Amino acid sequence: MRYLPLTADDRAEMLGVIGVADIDALFVDTPASARLAGPVGLPRHQGELEVERELARLAARNRPAGAGPSFCGAGAYRHHVPASVDHIIQRSEFLTSYTPYQPEIAQGTLQVLFEFQTQVAALTGMDVANASMYDGSTACAEAVMMAARVTRRAKAVLSGGLHPHYAQTTHTLAQVAGVQTVRLAAKVDAEAEVIAAIDGETACVVVQTPNIFGQVTDVTAIAEAAHAAGALLIVVTTEAVSYGLLKSPGEMGADIAVAEGQSIGNGLNFGGPYVGLFAVRDRFVRQMPGRLCGETVDAEGKRGFVLTLSTREQHIRRDKATSNICTNSGLCALAFTIHMSLLGEAGLRQLALINHAKARRLKAALEGVEGVQVLTTRFFNELAVRLPMDAAEAVEIMAGNDILAGVPYSRLDPQAGLDDVLLLAVTETTQDGDIDLLARVLPKMLAGKKGIA
Amino acid sequence: MHFTKDHEWVELDGDVATVGITAYAAGQLGDVVFVEVPEIGKALKAGDGMAVVESVKAASDVYAPVSGEVVAANGDLPGTPEMVNQDPERGAWIARIKVADKSQVDALMDRPAYEAFLDTL
Amino acid sequence: MTMQTIGRPTRPDTAAAPAADTAARGLMQSEPLIFELGGWSKTGVDLPDVGAGAADDLGDLVRAAPIGLPGLSEPETLRHYVRLSQKNHAIDLALYPLGSCTMKHNPRLNEKVARLPGFADIHPLQPQSSVQGAIELMDRLAHWLKTLTGMPAVALSPKAGAHGELCGLLAIRAAHEARGDVRSRVLVPTSAHGTNPATAAFAGYTVQEIAQTPDGRVDLADLEAKLGPDVAAIMVTNPNTCGLFERDVVEIARLTHAAGAYFYCDGANFNAIVGKVRPGDLGIDAMHINLHKTFSTPHGGGGPGAGPVVLSAALAPFAPEPWVVHDQNGYRLVEGREGPAAQASGRLCAFHGQMGMFVRAYAYMLSHGSDGLRQVAEDAVLNANYIKARLSDLMSAPFPDGPCMHEALFDDSWLEGTGVTTLDFAKAMIDEGFHPMTMYFPLVVRGAMLIEPTETESKAELDRFCDTLRGLARQALSARNDPEALQRFKAAPVAAPLRRLDETQAARKPRLKWTPPAAPLPLAAE
Repeated sequence: MRYLPLTADDRAEMLGVIGVADIDALFVDTPASARLAGPVGLPRHQGELEVERELARLAARNRPAGAGPSFCGAGAYRHHVPASVDHIIQRSEFLTSYTPYQPEIAQGTLQVLFEFQTQVAALTGMDVANASMYDGSTACAEAVMMAARVTRRAKAVLSGGLHPHYAQTTHTLAQVAGVQTVRLAAKVDAEAEVIAAIDGETACVVVQTPNIFGQVTDVTAIAEAAHAAGALLIVVTTEAVSYGLLKSPGEMGADIAVAEGQSIGNGLNFGGPYVGLFAVRDRFVRQMPGRLCGETVDAEGKRGFVLTLSTREQHIRRDKATSNICTNSGLCALAFTIHMSLLGEAGLRQLALINHAKARRLKAALEGVEGVQVLTTRFFNELAVRLPMDAAEAVEIMAGNDILAGVPYSRLDPQAGLDDVLLLAVTETTQDGDIDLLARVLPKMLAGKKGIA
Repeated sequence: MHFTKDHEWVELDGDVATVGITAYAAGQLGDVVFVEVPEIGKALKAGDGMAVVESVKAASDVYAPVSGEVVAANGDLPGTPEMVNQDPERGAWIARIKVADKSQVDALMDRPAYEAFLDTL
Repeated sequence: MTMQTIGRPTRPDTAAAPAADTAARGLMQSEPLIFELGGWSKTGVDLPDVGAGAADDLGDLVRAAPIGLPGLSEPETLRHYVRLSQKNHAIDLALYPLGSCTMKHNPRLNEKVARLPGFADIHPLQPQSSVQGAIELMDRLAHWLKTLTGMPAVALSPKAGAHGELCGLLAIRAAHEARGDVRSRVLVPTSAHGTNPATAAFAGYTVQEIAQTPDGRVDLADLEAKLGPDVAAIMVTNPNTCGLFERDVVEIARLTHAAGAYFYCDGANFNAIVGKVRPGDLGIDAMHINLHKTFSTPHGGGGPGAGPVVLSAALAPFAPEPWVVHDQNGYRLVEGREGPAAQASGRLCAFHGQMGMFVRAYAYMLSHGSDGLRQVAEDAVLNANYIKARLSDLMSAPFPDGPCMHEALFDDSWLEGTGVTTLDFAKAMIDEGFHPMTMYFPLVVRGAMLIEPTETESKAELDRFCDTLRGLARQALSARNDPEALQRFKAAPVAAPLRRLDETQAARKPRLKWTPPAAPLPLAAE
């Protein structure tokens, strides 16, 4: 077996050194009644060729987003990742290292984390960022828990523009912690309605920009209203490339900024692994969840980096920890940092502009389709449109024509009564021809549908 | 000055008790890197957690030795936690508590009793 | 003769070498931060122009101030991160004996197949008809996990072990609530991973510790005394964090169930028993499986992980959404509380879990097969016991009697009087080319040294490791009367990229990001 170095002779010799007759003597503490006599009923081991063949068979039953036009977004975006990113993250020293518990021999990982934290703090316009969370949705939920701790209040107001999966994830965690979540009605301009829902019991307000409908909002006034009521403002972003063009959460008064970082450095991967960004104002550092890397010096005075402020964390504070998170998204954060370093400020801004320009082209094309109403008015690279039919059905029909036409809002939030709303995103990977094709096929599909009806 | 078995010290002035952790405790904790002091106005019962003293690898609760209301907290400590190691029984006082029942202080150990207690550890 | 004199001396000069002029040491480069290296207008990507006014529709939504992010060209980027990489230890370099962390070989086939566009380039919200292979893979993975654990259901979406713990406790809470049963306490042994009490608290429970017996197991009498009608669950790691199998696990389950509570098992150490014992046969109700441990998806310097949770029949209805369903119409993800998932305990994250890890773990499972996975457990346990046998005459094991499972635990009583601490000993290992073992965990053992070799070490590497530790142990013992020997440990490491770091300063005056110096920035020429 190719991954197991011990030979039969090795095993026999080692059992001799241990002083037992056979391997079963080492499993003597397991209940005899539960000990399996032989392998369970699953296939036996296979060679690399056979395994690769089976995985390739499964992969072939999926239609890659890049194999044709794709307009799927809603929290996961197909961007171009430079080849060098994937090369570096596959280096043994990054790929096969553990959490940097021994800083003397983990400076590579630690310096990357310090760079990552600095980049995330800059992008979000916040003071401090942590070393990553699992993804944007769990970062959002943790931010709400943190706000409840900081304010000692137990109510979170969630905008109707918040990604429904984020709202659901937050609700799951909040309900068991005794924190009530008030989710406002889903609509394109939902952020505008948040202020009216803030009261003296509100721990935090969670808004998203660009929101699930693609709408971009200046949340400065919401920050002011939240702060006036003693609540914190949490700003969620699911498309990190938008930071290159839009006002940052920090500029608009956010107390906590969380985001999905997948867009930078990471592929779609059917939803994971991704990388959650989590950044706060200085005064909240000790209430943050997750690992933090800090600068210090070694015994010779040389600069170095260590994990720090660990007394917040589960391995020290146990049931009083700020979170139960241990493993995070280290390698995805590395990919983020490398891609960000390649882009630089100039590249990121240019990338963001291209994304936006594509979206303007998409908007113009959709506005030319009879019966389609573009709902989003201020957007980055994503639009919500109202179709004259069920959006889920439309997406299935379009998929039959090898066009991934976007995400029906109802898939995320079936009860909202927005069955005719379709979410479409574009990125730099979207070709103008893809948009043109969509604009040509969509009317035919709608007409055909009308015909069927 | 009076002492608890949890290594807090108490110095009573009128009805206000100044509270900190002992030199012994500071030595056991090692380098103190952060102190979370209580909020002014907080009502405490003897035995309640009132502050947290942190080293790099541990966070230790400091318990209120007496019941009462917090009337002052040492605001310098969060910024200069090393004070706990340098001057634990004076400069690194943690909080002042307006004591409800002074007899609670008298019930604590005096220094010889505390030192004898330390010998048993 | 012809005299070929071009060349160089082929023996090193024996004279002492002066220190290098720069901060570099041979091939080990001193590498600044990207913020000290990059240029503000520099970039390593070539992107098309979009023309002026591309964002004029956004008005004052556009950021006014610069972000403050430097860029690098591609060759500079490669060099920067490759130089940084060389400051890391890695499983591909040498044995990485972190107990409880399971640093085993990461097969590269798994990396290759995870990058097939059919897995890496599919969107989580594509029509399900366009991702049948992906959902089928999730279904196959689920089948393997259920078969290997003997449990009827599995929730795939948790993103790491601690997230899996949360998943399990939420299902337990939902199961109690469905019966109108309100319970408030969770019992956790003192030896548990910190995530266990943290998760229980996160899930709204108060935590009470269970005592340990002198032989390193759960104290049944203490467990029985603490169980009661308000106990929702116990969380027990098995094999436990002392590397021992809980011999009384069946009785633990019986007592727990008799009290109306559920048995959550922390499955971080499932790699020790995979293919040998099924948790479902032990009375366990929920257990997370760290795919990044037992099934070897790479740790990547701290993540990502994946923590699917297997569930008993009693808890299965309360698995969080999404659910994977397979019927005559194909494979389907049930994404809301509907149909079979009507009692689901709530969404744990956006989308469907760590697909990239599922692909790698499934490839690992197929490669090993049922026979190979059984061999994995046997070799992991054999290797740990071999280390224990080879070191126990010099180093003290707190639980010397009987075999250990996949990790060998030592304490620091053998170092008493030497002046050498567990930390010193661990740091000295670095100078010998090994990553230290897990230190000071579990908390129930003083100065703990927890060594987990895993099954992917050869006997030669194990012997090299044991020989090195034996040499160090003898030196440590000699330090009792030898100040120089002691100094070697106190100074260690001296051969690593950095010496010991000042963690006190890091915590007292936190510097958590780079900030520009007051002087002009040392930017690269642009």
